[in-house]
Formats: sequence, C-alpha cells, structure tokens
Amino acid sequence: MAAPRTRADDKLSPRLKREHALELLRQMVRIRRFEEKCAELYSAAKIRGFLHLYIGEEAVAAGAIRALEADDAIVATYREHGHALVRGVPAAKIMAELYGKQEGCSRGRGGSMHLFDDTTRFYGGNAIVGGGLPVAVGLALADKLQQRARVTACFFGEGAIAEGEFHESMNLAALWKLPVLFCCENNLYAMGTALKRSESEVDLCLKATSYEMPAWPVDGMDVAMCEAAARRATLAVRSGEGPCFLEFRTYRFRAHSMYDPQLYRTKAEVEEWKKRDPIETFEARLKEQGLLNDAEVTAIEAAVADELAKAVEFAEAGTWEPVESLTRFVYSDRTRP
Amino acid sequence: MSALAKTVRMTYREAMRQAMRDALQRDPRVFLMGEDVGRYGGCFAVSKGLLEEFGPERIRDTPLSESAFVGAGIGAAMGGMRPIVEIMTVNFSLLALDQIVNNAAAILFMSGGQFNIPLVIRMTTGAGRQLAAQHSHSLEGWYAHIPGIKVLAPATLEDARGMLWTALEDPDPVLIFEHGGLYNMEGELAADAGAVDIDKAVPRRSGTDVSLITYGGTLGKTLAAADELAGAGISAEVIDLRTLRPLDAATILDSVTRTHRAVIVDEGWRSGSISAEISARIMEGAFYELDAPVARVCSAEAPMPYAKHLEDAALPQVPAIVACVRAMVGDRG
Repeated sequence: MAAPRTRADDKLSPRLKREHALELLRQMVRIRRFEEKCAELYSAAKIRGFLHLYIGEEAVAAGAIRALEADDAIVATYREHGHALVRGVPAAKIMAELYGKQEGCSRGRGGSMHLFDDTTRFYGGNAIVGGGLPVAVGLALADKLQQRARVTACFFGEGAIAEGEFHESMNLAALWKLPVLFCCENNLYAMGTALKRSESEVDLCLKATSYEMPAWPVDGMDVAMCEAAARRATLAVRSGEGPCFLEFRTYRFRAHSMYDPQLYRTKAEVEEWKKRDPIETFEARLKEQGLLNDAEVTAIEAAVADELAKAVEFAEAGTWEPVESLTRFVYSDRTRP
Repeated sequence: MSALAKTVRMTYREAMRQAMRDALQRDPRVFLMGEDVGRYGGCFAVSKGLLEEFGPERIRDTPLSESAFVGAGIGAAMGGMRPIVEIMTVNFSLLALDQIVNNAAAILFMSGGQFNIPLVIRMTTGAGRQLAAQHSHSLEGWYAHIPGIKVLAPATLEDARGMLWTALEDPDPVLIFEHGGLYNMEGELAADAGAVDIDKAVPRRSGTDVSLITYGGTLGKTLAAADELAGAGISAEVIDLRTLRPLDAATILDSVTRTHRAVIVDEGWRSGSISAEISARIMEGAFYELDAPVARVCSAEAPMPYAKHLEDAALPQVPAIVACVRAMVGDRG
C-alpha cells in the first residue's frame, strides 16, 4: 500500500494561474456534488442498477481531461460520471440517463455505466473491465490512417491490468505507434481485491514500459499534477511518437458500488486517504497561495448547486421512451454512406 | 445465364479475394487486418497478393491478439474507417467474444443510437479437413443468437464475391462465415459479378415434396442429396439460407407451405442450434401446413474428432440426408 503523500509534497505541484486553478477546482466540485446527489437519489430509488461513485478520484478526470483538445476522444469505464461531466456532457443529460429517461445522453438505454455522447466524442461507459482498451486502440488507428493528429484517452482501473485485453491493447498500440493515452486510475482495489493480492508485479509502469512505451506514475490526488502529466503525455502522443501510459495513484472514498459493505479495507485506511482529499487539499493550497478566498468557494458551490438542481429538475421532467421503440437501435435505422 | 454472358472460372477463395480487392479499390476507408493476412498471404490464402497491391497500412498483419484486433476494428469503424477483420477460424473468434458481443453488438443500442459500427468480420468455419476439435466447429448459429450483429454464410461463388461489399455498406457489424471446405470449390462466375443482397434466403433447387433447408458448407451435400432423391422420385426443394441473422423466415415458410415437409441440414450441433430455431419458426408459422414433423440432420453431439472415419461420421452426409427424407416422404422409387 502506497503511503498517502503529505502536504510537504505540494511544492512539486505546478503553480497555476488563478482562473486556471479555479476552473480545476470547479470541475472537481461539480463531480463531487453531482455524485453526492446521485447517492441520495439512489437511496430515494430514483436511480437504480449499479451506481459506481468516483468520489475521491475527481482530480484525475478534472486534470487529465483538461489536457485534451475538443476533437480528441475518450473511452471510459463504468465509473465515468466525472469524465463525462468534465468532458462537457451536460449534467442534465447525465442525470436524465441515470433516471433512465429518453432525454438522457444514451436515451436511457445505458444508465450509469454506459454514458455516451457523440458531440464530445465520448465513447462510453464500458462495463467490462479492460473491454474499452481495444476500442480505444481502434479509434486511434482510425486517426492515424486518416492522418488526423488526435488523441484517444482511455481510462481504466488497475483491475484491468490483470485482463488479457490490457496486454493485447498495450502491445498493439505500441507496435503500431498509435495515439492512445492510457490512463490507469489505480485506486488500489479491483472491487474488493487489492492490487497486491492479484498481481505478481505491482509496479504498473514497469508493465507498461515493457511494451516500449513511456510510462510514469502521477499523484492522482493532486489535480494540477494530473493535468501537467496528461499535458506532457498528450504532447508526445499527438506528435506521433506512439502511446503513453500514466498511472494515476488515487483512492476511492466510497464503496465500490451501492451494494458494497467494504469488508476488504479498514476504516482507518479510508480516513488516512481522506486526509488527501483532492478538493480540500487543493482549496487549502490555493488559499495559502492567495488564489482563492471563501467568497469564491461559496460562489463555486452556489453555481454547482444551481447546475445540479437544474439537472435533477430536467431528469424529473424527462419522459420514458415508449415501449414500442424498445428494439430501436438494435440495428441502425439509417444508412451511412 | 445467356450464352453470350462472359464468365470467369475461379474458386470460392478467388471470388472472396476479388471481393476484397474490389472493396479496397473502391473505398479508401476499407482496410484488412488479421493474423497472417499480409506476408503469409492469409492462413487459407484468401488475401494472397493483397499486401503487394495495397501495402502494409491497408493489409495489416496483427499479433495473435484476437480481442485487441477485433476491438480495434470496432474502434476504427467508429472512427470513420471500414475495417475488414479476418479471424483465422471460428474457434479463435471465441477469444474475441467480449468485443463481438459486449461491444460490436451492443454499442449502437447502449448509446441510444449515437455510435453505429460498420465493421465486417470474416472467419473460417466448419469441419471436413481433419483439423479436430479446436479448428473445426460450426458456431455461426451461436452468433446468430445475438441481436445487433448480422450473420452471413456465403455458400456459392456469387455470394463469396458479392456479400462482402454489401456487408461493408451496412452501417452495423456483419460477420461472414466462410466454410473451409468451400475455398477450393471451382465454378463459373459472371465476369461482372458484383454486390448481392444479404437478407434473403434463396431456393437453389425447386421441388414439391420436401424443403431441404441449409446454408454454407452443407449446401453442396444437400444439393447432391436432392439429386439422388430425384432418382428415387422425390422432388426436393433446397433452400440456401445465406443469412442466419436476420433469418428470412418468409422464404422458409413459403417453401414449407408448398412442400408440406421440412428437413434442416446443419453442420452445427443439434441442441440449442440454428436448426432448432428454424424448426421453431416453422412450427410457429406453418404448423398446419406440415404433413410430417420437421426433421434435422446435424453434426454428432461431440467435439470434432481427428480421425477421418470419425469426422465423416460426425458430420451431416449425403446418405443421412437421403435416408432422413426417404423416411419422411416414403419410398416412391
């Protein structure tokens, strides 16, 4: 178990301009409040199925996705509310999706685990661990074959490292020098299985470098570091040097899903990591640096609360897809030339 | 075919290669990838010569990573390309089942219609070459179980030549199953042969006493059985399904309604199979037209053996088809 880093490490984190810092903070707060609301709505039975919360890991999506361009692509996992929010999928459409309404970003067909959005090139929402990696490789292959300088960012948990699809995809992307940014969100547990209980080699970057691609670990609790690492990596990936691998070391504060009694880790461990809460530590640092005051925090919270209230309102007002169109989109109802 | 129409003599393998060459020439978005499709020329030599003609960017040799290169085909299709992914045999496709079933078949639906996947996957299927239990199975019926994909089984030169282009134009994933025993089949093909439909079953022989329903590698055996039955005074109609999903039930039911008897010939196993599905469709749609229970000639319910005599015994053969029909129709000789 990697020991939580201390505030003394903060000096390593890049200093940010005020607007930039506030935007990173705002994105993390959006994710946190959105998901707290999700948990509440789950208890109220407004949201059903599996609900995997990202709380504690917000810095990774908020930082890494900021390094992407508008026409880059994202392939994510079933714990992807945060990625979709930061990418620009409207909170209202995500919430409507969680409600199962046809106004949702996947028309209520996908739910929490399968958020999709073509306007932001958000390719899901893949709930098979490791299943998104080959697809990301293919999106990058299409870009390479069409000489487009785009990056496909593929997010996955460290649990995916144990899947064959991880190794096959890493090899193929490196072999063909494809523009994939592999973003491993190492929150130390694959559901309830600790990394050290499932991997003979727990140095994930070592595995990646064995495929001849640059790889480095990132403090996933520090949003500025997450962004800086992703910028450095996307620069290399976009320039045609081939894929990069980033291991974001992070921690999930909440249960794996809403059905998890968390027997596999101690409360003390969770509390220890909470001391490195990516939002609280970032806020504290910005205040220390004179970049943030209480009024601004209040303003961010108020704006986020407003966005969230509207999202819930939108989802509540949403409509159910008529049962008659249940089998629509099994196949295309249009032809593409 | 008129006497003036120009034809070319070629094999099924060559027809398939022509189809790929044609597609690669017509559409710059088309590329082929799979194991040994390039330098080796294809495990069954279907893609021989294409690397030299189209180069390594468009004829891509892949590592032995079925899941990654099938998934990459899915991603590339969503990224604007028109990939043809070749999997050496249907047994190896099981290594890519996650990508085929969880992604290719589901993403359009899961995304509420936002992302369609214009992907073609070709693979060899079937037995008859003493390749034993990990290279010989007929699992196309399994794939036909899955909503979201289309399943084709070209059994003729025309279909080997013509189905690929139509499949590439389809906005959704299409799987093409090429029976390994057909590659060397030789015949005349119209010089200007081109795209054919991929959603209709076709009677390959007309008849009045019984409908023999089959596809792919067993079409030839079934036609041979029909010839033999004709000698015995039994007029058998032979329906080539061509497409296993969507199943053209209308053509099947039309035939059975005229002949009042049906025998399904399928190299797949009997239990939980496409033959069972066809039988059920006939019960649902033409039960009162039947003069006899629907019968089936399928492979023995065992993994495919290596020894020639055992493999022969495991597969549907002409005598078994003939015997099945004669038992059903009665001896008219």
